[in-house]
Amino acid sequence: MKENHPDNPLLELKAVTKVYGRGAAAMPALKGIDLAIFRGEFVAIMGTSGSGKSTCMNILGCLDVPTDGKYIFQDMSVGGLSRDQRALVRRHFLGFVFQGFNLLNRTSALENVELPLIYRGVRPGERRKRAREALAAVNLSGWEAHTPGELSGGQQQRVAIARAIVSHPEVLLADEPTGNLDSATSRDVMNLLQRFNRENGITIVMVTHEPEMAEYAGRRIHFTDGLIDNGLMKRGR
Amino acid sequence: MFMENVFLALREIRRNALRSFLTILGIVVGVSAVITLVTLGRGATAQVTREISSMGSNQLHIRPGQGFHGPGGSRSTADKFTIDDAEAVSTHISGIEAVAPNSNQATQAIKGNLNWSTTVTGTTNGFLQVRDWELHSGREFTNTELRAGKAVCILGATVCKELFGAQNPIGSWIRLEKLSCQVIGVLKTKGQSSFGHDQDDMVLIPIAAFQRRIAGNTDVDAIFVSVRSADAIDPVKSSLERLFRDRRRIGEGKEDDFNVRDTRELIQALTGTTRVMTTLLGAVAAISLLVGGIGIMNIMLVSVTERTREIGIRLAIGALEKEVLIQFLVEAVAISCFGGVVGIFTGLVASIAGAKVLHLPFVLNFGIVGYAFLFSAAVGVIFGYFPARKAAQLNPIDALRHE
Repeated sequence: MKENHPDNPLLELKAVTKVYGRGAAAMPALKGIDLAIFRGEFVAIMGTSGSGKSTCMNILGCLDVPTDGKYIFQDMSVGGLSRDQRALVRRHFLGFVFQGFNLLNRTSALENVELPLIYRGVRPGERRKRAREALAAVNLSGWEAHTPGELSGGQQQRVAIARAIVSHPEVLLADEPTGNLDSATSRDVMNLLQRFNRENGITIVMVTHEPEMAEYAGRRIHFTDGLIDNGLMKRGR
Repeated sequence: MFMENVFLALREIRRNALRSFLTILGIVVGVSAVITLVTLGRGATAQVTREISSMGSNQLHIRPGQGFHGPGGSRSTADKFTIDDAEAVSTHISGIEAVAPNSNQATQAIKGNLNWSTTVTGTTNGFLQVRDWELHSGREFTNTELRAGKAVCILGATVCKELFGAQNPIGSWIRLEKLSCQVIGVLKTKGQSSFGHDQDDMVLIPIAAFQRRIAGNTDVDAIFVSVRSADAIDPVKSSLERLFRDRRRIGEGKEDDFNVRDTRELIQALTGTTRVMTTLLGAVAAISLLVGGIGIMNIMLVSVTERTREIGIRLAIGALEKEVLIQFLVEAVAISCFGGVVGIFTGLVASIAGAKVLHLPFVLNFGIVGYAFLFSAAVGVIFGYFPARKAAQLNPIDALRHE
């Protein structure tokens, strides 16, 4: 896939709705979202729980598909893709950081970071080298052999960030990355994300409910009741 | 990617050592049961074949009546043979080595105050030739004794031991019920046959003496013929059939009221039985392998549930359904193949031990070893597929939220 035109958004939602359940039990989570995110942006999605921000994140992460409307990723409509095709989009263009870290237990930090490269078919030697570099980039050199159980929460989240960036994704999607961390480690994590955004040009979309963390982002979008409050198409740093 | 899956699977198996061990044990039991029972069954078949050949090779048995009745035979309403029939065989049929008329009856052999239940067989010296018997001591019947039906007998080793112990029986007199007869010879021992009967437990007397003094008729139950070479069996068989159809005046298109069987057919009939037994035992053992497979399915389902989050992470990172499926399938197949290899080993050890205990030859059959291994691998694929598919089809969002 070629890079899309720089004037076009990297990610674009057009009148996206998402309804869970059917008939009388139908529960709309997104009620028509228009959103464009451009290459190199750092966007924070904010809102109370149940506002639709997680649903929006799942759609942006190709983990879920809209009920209606269009999701265009790099000029390609995701709505028509099969489950496996969406898996390939995630494999090649996306990196994920979760609130609960979601590392493989009983597996060393290095192997956790290697995981996306395994699915990309990178050879073992090259894989190990890149995983070490990624761990070094999150200041975890020397912790390669430790399993998640032996690491602090902040360290685990840094391993997760290393895993997300090791495959040089177009977009890093972070879902409440500081939700389980204290404020000091939260700031470390946010500084790291900001650095990857500024120095490596990775586009970051982050869901958070902490205004302090949202301050690190270049743009903030507020979700209320399945709709976007403000920030419509507003670009900026 | 495949090697990664194998490596991952082995690590997962090692992590849950006890659980994996028990699951593997289920397959080990199944595979070794299949191998042991089938190997012992094959051994029994080989044993039967060997013993029938030890009765004397290139034999033909002619009996009145239709069909085959197996060892011991059964009484038929068809006309009996007579001594003339046996003589006609030796005069009219070429290519034969020896002919033995044969009639049996259960009897008591008595010597002094010793008493032994045995079988008395009326026959000729041809019997020794046809059945491959050799004399341990003494002599065969003379022509005069045979023709006159004199009261003389040749003892089987068991009868000799029971009545005479270590004494030399030659020249002594024993009683077969009311018939008093002199011992002229003792046979060398042959031992147990596979039908569990002691071949040495018999007394031979001239057929004429048997007919007159024991049976009280002129019947001959069966005629045994030995043929010079295996090639001659079929031509001799058809000339025997022609001869007896003629002698018994069986018209064109009518069925024979006698049958001519060779040892080959006897072997086929008897090994057929042991083969059916082997198949049945093998099938029962295969069921235990099936149970082992259900064990694999069970443990894989547990594993998939336990590792839901891991599956969610892999799917989110971009694993294809196929890749997750293969990961879990490889794990199931690794368990079953490992069980298969260990099962083959224990099965062979058990077969060797079993063959020793049961006095059966150990017949190593690479075919069954190969099948057992393939079958155990197939069990892994079949019973691993459902849990693996369950893992592969998980929704990544739900799987990631799983606690």
